[in-house]
Amino acid sequence: MELPKFGLQVIPYESGATFDSKDGYFAYFSDHDALRRELMRHSPKDADNYEQYARSVMRQCKFIKPLLMRTAPDPVRLRPRDVSELAYILKRFHGLGPREMAETIRFWTMSIAEYLDQYFETSIIKAHLAGSGIIGTGLGPYSPGTAYVLLHHYMGEVDGAIGAWGFARGGMGSISKALARSFEASGGEIRTDSGVDRFAIRNGKVRGIVLENGDEYEARTVVSGMDVRRTFIDHTDERELPSDFLKAVRRYRFRGSSGKLNIALDGMPTFSGAPKDARFLKGDLHFLDDMEEIERAYDDWKAGRWSVSPYVDFLIPTQIDPTMAPPGKHYATVFVQYAPYELAEGQWDDANREAFAETVISKIARHSPDFRKLIVHKEVRSPLDIERETGLTEGNIFQGELTFDQLLFNRPVPGYAQYRSPVRGLYMCGSSTHPGGGVMGAPGANAAREILADLGHKFDLGAAA
Amino acid sequence: MARKNAKAPHPQVAVGLEAGPFHERIAALNSQYGWMDWMGFASPSVLDNVEFEYFAIRNQSTLFDISPMCKYAIEGADAEAVVNRLVTRDIRKLKPGRVAYVIWCDEDGNVIDDGTVFRLAEDRFRLCCQEPQLAWLEDVAWGFDATIRDVSREMAALALQGPTSAALLRALAVKEMEQLKPFDFAAVRIGRKVVELSRTGFTGDLGYELWMKPQDAVAVWDDLVGAGGQQGLRVIGYQAVEMARIEAGFLLPKTDFLSSRTALRTDRPSTPFELGLERMIAFDKPHFNGRRALLRLAGSTPRRRLVQMEVGKDKPAANALVYHRKKKEVGMVTSALWSPTCKQNIAYAWLDAPYGETESGDLWVEIYLQKEIRWQRRMERCRIAEKPFFVHQRRSATPPGDY
Ligand SMILES: Cc1cc2nc3c(=O)[nH]c(=O)nc-3n(C[C@H](O)[C@H](O)[C@H](O)COP(=O)(O)OP(=O)(O)OC[C@H]3O[C@@H](n4cnc5c(N)ncnc54)[C@H](O)[C@@H]3O)c2cc1C
Repeated sequence: MELPKFGLQVIPYESGATFDSKDGYFAYFSDHDALRRELMRHSPKDADNYEQYARSVMRQCKFIKPLLMRTAPDPVRLRPRDVSELAYILKRFHGLGPREMAETIRFWTMSIAEYLDQYFETSIIKAHLAGSGIIGTGLGPYSPGTAYVLLHHYMGEVDGAIGAWGFARGGMGSISKALARSFEASGGEIRTDSGVDRFAIRNGKVRGIVLENGDEYEARTVVSGMDVRRTFIDHTDERELPSDFLKAVRRYRFRGSSGKLNIALDGMPTFSGAPKDARFLKGDLHFLDDMEEIERAYDDWKAGRWSVSPYVDFLIPTQIDPTMAPPGKHYATVFVQYAPYELAEGQWDDANREAFAETVISKIARHSPDFRKLIVHKEVRSPLDIERETGLTEGNIFQGELTFDQLLFNRPVPGYAQYRSPVRGLYMCGSSTHPGGGVMGAPGANAAREILADLGHKFDLGAAA
Repeated sequence: MARKNAKAPHPQVAVGLEAGPFHERIAALNSQYGWMDWMGFASPSVLDNVEFEYFAIRNQSTLFDISPMCKYAIEGADAEAVVNRLVTRDIRKLKPGRVAYVIWCDEDGNVIDDGTVFRLAEDRFRLCCQEPQLAWLEDVAWGFDATIRDVSREMAALALQGPTSAALLRALAVKEMEQLKPFDFAAVRIGRKVVELSRTGFTGDLGYELWMKPQDAVAVWDDLVGAGGQQGLRVIGYQAVEMARIEAGFLLPKTDFLSSRTALRTDRPSTPFELGLERMIAFDKPHFNGRRALLRLAGSTPRRRLVQMEVGKDKPAANALVYHRKKKEVGMVTSALWSPTCKQNIAYAWLDAPYGETESGDLWVEIYLQKEIRWQRRMERCRIAEKPFFVHQRRSATPPGDY
C-alpha cells in the first residue's frame, strides 16, 4: 500500500516507566544495556531472568505471527484447505519441541500475573510489565488468558524487529490518512458524512448498501469494517440470517473497559519520582505499586464503577513529535483502565464524566505536583463516549474481547472465521475477525485475500511473509 | 498535594557503554577510538594497530582488560555439591588453589556456557564466564546449603599473556609465580596490592590472569605497565585477543555456539558431543544437570559437529558456507583467520552429519572476496584438523622461562 509514500512516518519507541507510591520507579529502556542496569538496580536475579522472559515471549510471538497473516482454518467445515491449514499449525506447533509445546499451552491459558511471577521477584517490575496483559480487556492480571493479551500487544513489528512499538508521526490519525490517500491513488473513492443504514440483501445475496441519508449504492461485493454485531444485528435484516449464526453473534462479547483523557498542557509537567533529565519521561508512564493494585482496579469495574485507583497509560507525545502542539505547549494522552460501559449507579453524564476525570487527574497529580496547574483543556471519554465517537461497540477497543474463546477460528463466531458471512458477497474485515484488534491491518489483509480469491483473482499478497 | 519525606529520586542508569575499572588508562592509549560493548562496558577493540597488538601476544607480553566477565561466588557447606551438580566435570577432583575449565548443560544436554571454576577453599568456589548465570545458579543451588553471589562488579581482572609475561612478574618480584603450574593460582603482591594470580588464559601460550579489587585496579595496572618496558608489554584490544583465541582452539559463545539459555530457535543450542567437548563429561560422578540426556546422546551420532579446519590459500573464510564436492551445502564457518604465526588459513565450522564424521573428504568453502568494490567468489578446498593450531610448550613449562 506504500503508506510511507502517502505520508506515514513511524517514530521508534525508546523507553517508559512506572512510578510507585513512594517515588521509586522502574524504567524500561529499549537500549539493552540500560535496561539490564535498571533491572540489576532492583534485582540481579530479575535482570538475569528478564532474558528468559523476553525469549519466551519472543518464541511465542514467532510461533503465532505467521498465523496472524493467514486465514484461520475452519474445523467446522474441514474442507481440504482447512485441513492443510490445521496441519500447518500443528506442524509449527510440533516444531516448537516438547518443552515449548507445553509452554505454549500454558501461555495461552494462564494469567499475566502467574506468567510474570515465574520470572520476576520485584513488584514494580511485574506491575510495569503486567499492563500489556490487561489493556483494553475486561480481565484482571490474575484472570486466565491475559498472558495471551500481552502477546497481542507485543506482536507489532517495526522494520523487522518483532515486538517493537512505534509512534505514528502526527498522531494515529495519520495512519488513516495515509491509508485513504493510498486507496485514492489506486482509483478508490471515499464517501463520508453519512453512515450505513443497512445492507441491501435479496435471495441471500448482497445487492448494495443504503445510507442513513437515503442514498443507495449497488454492489455485488460489500465489505464491512464494523464489528460483527453492528454489521449483522444493527444493519442487516435479521430474517436474512440463519438463527444459529444470529445466536452466536448475539453471544459475542465486547465489554468495554477503557476510558480516555486527552489533556492540553501549558508546559511540560515534572514528576517528583523522576531524576533530572530522565529520558524515560518521553515514554509511557504508569503509577502503581504492584499487580494487586491493578486487580483491585479491576474489581471496581466488575462492580460497575470506574477504578478508584485506575491503571493509567500516560504519555506526552509532544516531546517526541513536534507536530502535535504549538511550541512550548504539550499534550498528554491518558489511557485509563478500568471504566465500565454501564455504570452500576447513575449514567455517564457530565457530572460522572467529570468525577471520573478527577479520579484520574488526582492520581497523576500525586506524582506530578504541577500537573493540575498546567491543564489548559481536557477531553474525557467513557467507554460509552468511545462507542458514540468511534463506533467501537461498548467501547471495547479491540472490536470484541481477545479471550481464547473468541480467537482464531472462533473469531468472530465459529464457522464464519474466514471473513465471509451467511450473506453471499457480504464480507467482514474489522477487528472482530481473526486475528483481532489493534492498529495492525491483519484482518483487512486476510479479508482482502479471501475476497479476491472469491472474485477469481490469482495473486500473492505476501501471505505469511 | 505536595509530599513530604522527599528523598532525591534515584539517578537514571547510564544509557550506552559504561567505563570499567581500567577505563581511564585504556582510553589514554586508545588512539583508534575503537570501543566494543562487552556486558555494557566499553572494551577496546583495537588501541593502535591490530597486527602489532597480535604479535605482542606471540612475541612479548600483553595486557587486556577482562573485568566485564561474569563472576559468581558459590560458598557454603554444599558448595562443592552445587558446582558438581552444575558442571559436567568431576569437581571433587579439583583441589583448592586450582582452576578448571568447565562447561555446563541444561536438562536436554545442551551447553549453557563454558567458563573457569576457581576453588578458593574446600567450601568456596568462583565461577567466571561470558554470560549472566545468576538465575540458573540459584535454581541449581536450590535445596543445598550454599549461597550464590554475583561478584562481577566486586572484581577487576586483567589478562597478562605472552612469552615474556613471567619475566615481567619476575621483575616485579612475584616469587609465587615460579611454582605456578598451568591452572594453579595464588595470592601475590603487585607493589602494595594483593592480587590473585592464576596461570590461565586463552592464547595457547604462557600467560596469567590477575584478579583484584576494583579500587586497586589502577595501582596494579601502573605497576605492571611501569615494569613492562623491558618485556615489550603492550596494552591490546579485543581483535588481537580474538586472533590468538582462534589459533589456540578456544570456542567463543555467541560466535561458535549459542547458549541454550539464550538461543531463540530451539534447534540452535548444541551438545558437548557436537562441540567436540565430550572428554569434559564425567559420567562416573553423581547426578549432574543434563546427565540423563547426555547418556542417551552418548550412544548416537551427533547431528552436526563443530570442527577445526585448514583452508587453502590465504584469504580467511569468514561467514563462508561449506560444500561437499563443491555442490552440496553441508555446513558453515563460525570463526576464520589467516594465522600469522602458523602461516595457515584456519577456521571453525559446523558440519552436518555425516560430514565431519565418516565423510570428511572433498570439502570446500565458498569465500567471498571484495577487491576494490567488486565481489569475487572463490571455492577453496578445506580439510578437518584434529588439534588446536597453536599450543606452545612454554605454555606449561614450570618454572616458566623468561621468553
Ligand atoms: C482509546 C484507544 C486507544 C487505543 N490504543 C491503541 C494503541 O496504542 N495501539 C493499537 O494498536 N491499538 C490501539 N487501540 C485499538 C485500535 O484503535 C482498534 O483496535 C482499531 O482501530 C480497530 O480497527 P478496525 O478497523 O477494526 O475498526 P475501527 O477502527 O473501529 O473501524 C470501524 C469503522 O467503522 C465505522 N462505522 C461504524 N458504524 C458505521 C456505520 N453504520 N456506517 C459507516 N461506518 C461506520 C466507524 O466509524 C469506524 O471508522 C486503541 C483504541 C482506543 C479506543
